[in-house]
Amino acid sequence: MAFEIIESCVNCWACEPLCPNQAIYEARPHFLINPDKCNECAGDFEESQCVSICPIEGAILNDLGLALNPPGSLTGIPPKKFAELQAAQRAA
Amino acid sequence: MELPVLNNIAPDTSKDGCSAGSCGSTSDQMNHLPEHIREKVFNHPCYSEEAHHYFARMHVAVAPACNIQCNYCNRKYDCANESRPGVVSELHHPVQAVKKVLAVAATIPQMTVLGVAGPGDPLANPQRTFETFRMLSEQAPDIKLCVSTNGLTLPEHIDELTKYNIDHVTITINCVDPDVGAKIYPWIFWKNKRIKGREAAAILIEQQQKGLEMLVARGILVKVNSVMIPGVNDKHLEEVSKIVKAKGAFLHNVMPLISEAEHGTYYGLTGQRGPTHDELQALQDSCAGDMNMMRHCRQCRADAVGLLGEDRGSEFTMDKIEQMDINYPEAMKMRAEVHAAINEELESKRLARESKVQLVNIQGVQNKEVTRPVLMAVATKGSGVINEHFGHAGEFLIYEASPEGVRFIGHRKTTPYCEGGDTCGDGESVLDKTLKVLAGCEVVLCSKVGIEPWGPLEAAGIQPNGEHAMEPIEDAILAMYEEMRTAGKLVQKSAEQQMAA
Repeated sequence: MAFEIIESCVNCWACEPLCPNQAIYEARPHFLINPDKCNECAGDFEESQCVSICPIEGAILNDLGLALNPPGSLTGIPPKKFAELQAAQRAA
Repeated sequence: MELPVLNNIAPDTSKDGCSAGSCGSTSDQMNHLPEHIREKVFNHPCYSEEAHHYFARMHVAVAPACNIQCNYCNRKYDCANESRPGVVSELHHPVQAVKKVLAVAATIPQMTVLGVAGPGDPLANPQRTFETFRMLSEQAPDIKLCVSTNGLTLPEHIDELTKYNIDHVTITINCVDPDVGAKIYPWIFWKNKRIKGREAAAILIEQQQKGLEMLVARGILVKVNSVMIPGVNDKHLEEVSKIVKAKGAFLHNVMPLISEAEHGTYYGLTGQRGPTHDELQALQDSCAGDMNMMRHCRQCRADAVGLLGEDRGSEFTMDKIEQMDINYPEAMKMRAEVHAAINEELESKRLARESKVQLVNIQGVQNKEVTRPVLMAVATKGSGVINEHFGHAGEFLIYEASPEGVRFIGHRKTTPYCEGGDTCGDGESVLDKTLKVLAGCEVVLCSKVGIEPWGPLEAAGIQPNGEHAMEPIEDAILAMYEEMRTAGKLVQKSAEQQMAA
């Protein structure tokens, strides 16, 4: 039972001080979670702290590999709109 | 005809019984601020319009984390070529940040202010932010420290803030109504939970207002920033302005929403537009009756360096700073000399203005004729004088001249017409852009205007003028206005308007 931070992390440091188990650490190219230390905040907080403050949709996954903040859930930006922008920027 | 010079600082004294401009009380409102406040703002470029022509500021990007999401912000974004809040190219640890500040202060002695403004929220990164302030208050006591926050955790950090000699705090307050807030803030992180919607906005608003009151109670000068979002909070901001003024905020800075789709923000991608120049000015004017308004904000990056209109950040990257050998105690002596010289210049200008006001009091009112207001654009590199070539200007300052006097309206950004070399091929389209940016202005004052743009400017109804190079901005504007008046250009149009009415 542990979460994982993936490459869309922007290294903003918001999660690191909140982790009750010091499982999150600074690394390149992005922050990482030590799976041996992470207990998803069970027993410490009602909500997993890193997941609750992370501003980037899709940057933290659960042990099934599913995004804990799925696209659109934080910014309200329709995922389709965002995909269109990315496609346009790739084409440019 | 002598005219007074107005600025946007509301007078400390009551205006009862005399209309603005005729009794001199609004002519240089900085003079009417209580001495202890004038002392705090006279050399702070973000708190004093006059100061921003002379003094520089810098931000250090030590605060990456944020505890709220705003619909005008994309947390994924950083880019060296963008100049707007929340954008940085290098994040610093406090020790690096202090090194950078000392290097900049020694190289740019006009730099008086160090702010922490992001790229997240400074108070969501309390350790890094306060560590930076603590070291700077010890190593560079001649630098003013200030902080800009969304206010969510302001009440809990208030005591820590007051420890480091911070006498300026900016709070971004976009609303006082949670229903409006719910359209601006999708979530906040509060007491170990992510809270969404109206409830989130209500908590944020409560903390902001509480923080504002606590700062004022401690004698800290508070500036309130508001982002004007047409259709969302534009009408509402007048109420915000009244409330924050009543609670003791010193200055209100209403800024236009930036929402280009390519920035990838919620507003950008859902087609929310920003305000036009006219809409922004109209809102600033309607708030101005109650509040000191800031109109010279450049919405700078969280790692900006230099005068407000410029960004010299690229001269101070970490690898360049490592090569610099800084003796700060020595630099402080040189800085003190530079500051003294600027202060002397400001003081002599102030005296000159005061004597002008007296002149207006004696003879200004009696021969007042009805002349219409005129917008003029000015190209300047700083020091309060007209000293920028038309083709090199990256922005123009906009002033309004009227029988009431000269007042600063705001700035408008453009691409310099002749950047030389590669971009000269684009000269024509760049000029078109500048003409659009100058829409509504009848005069553009520069140190020099080339022959090429001269014709198109005149054709667009904008008189280019290079005859007032190196003159103080207000003096040149008054001279132009007087020239237009004697040429009959100001009455004629107003007569036409009267006929039409």
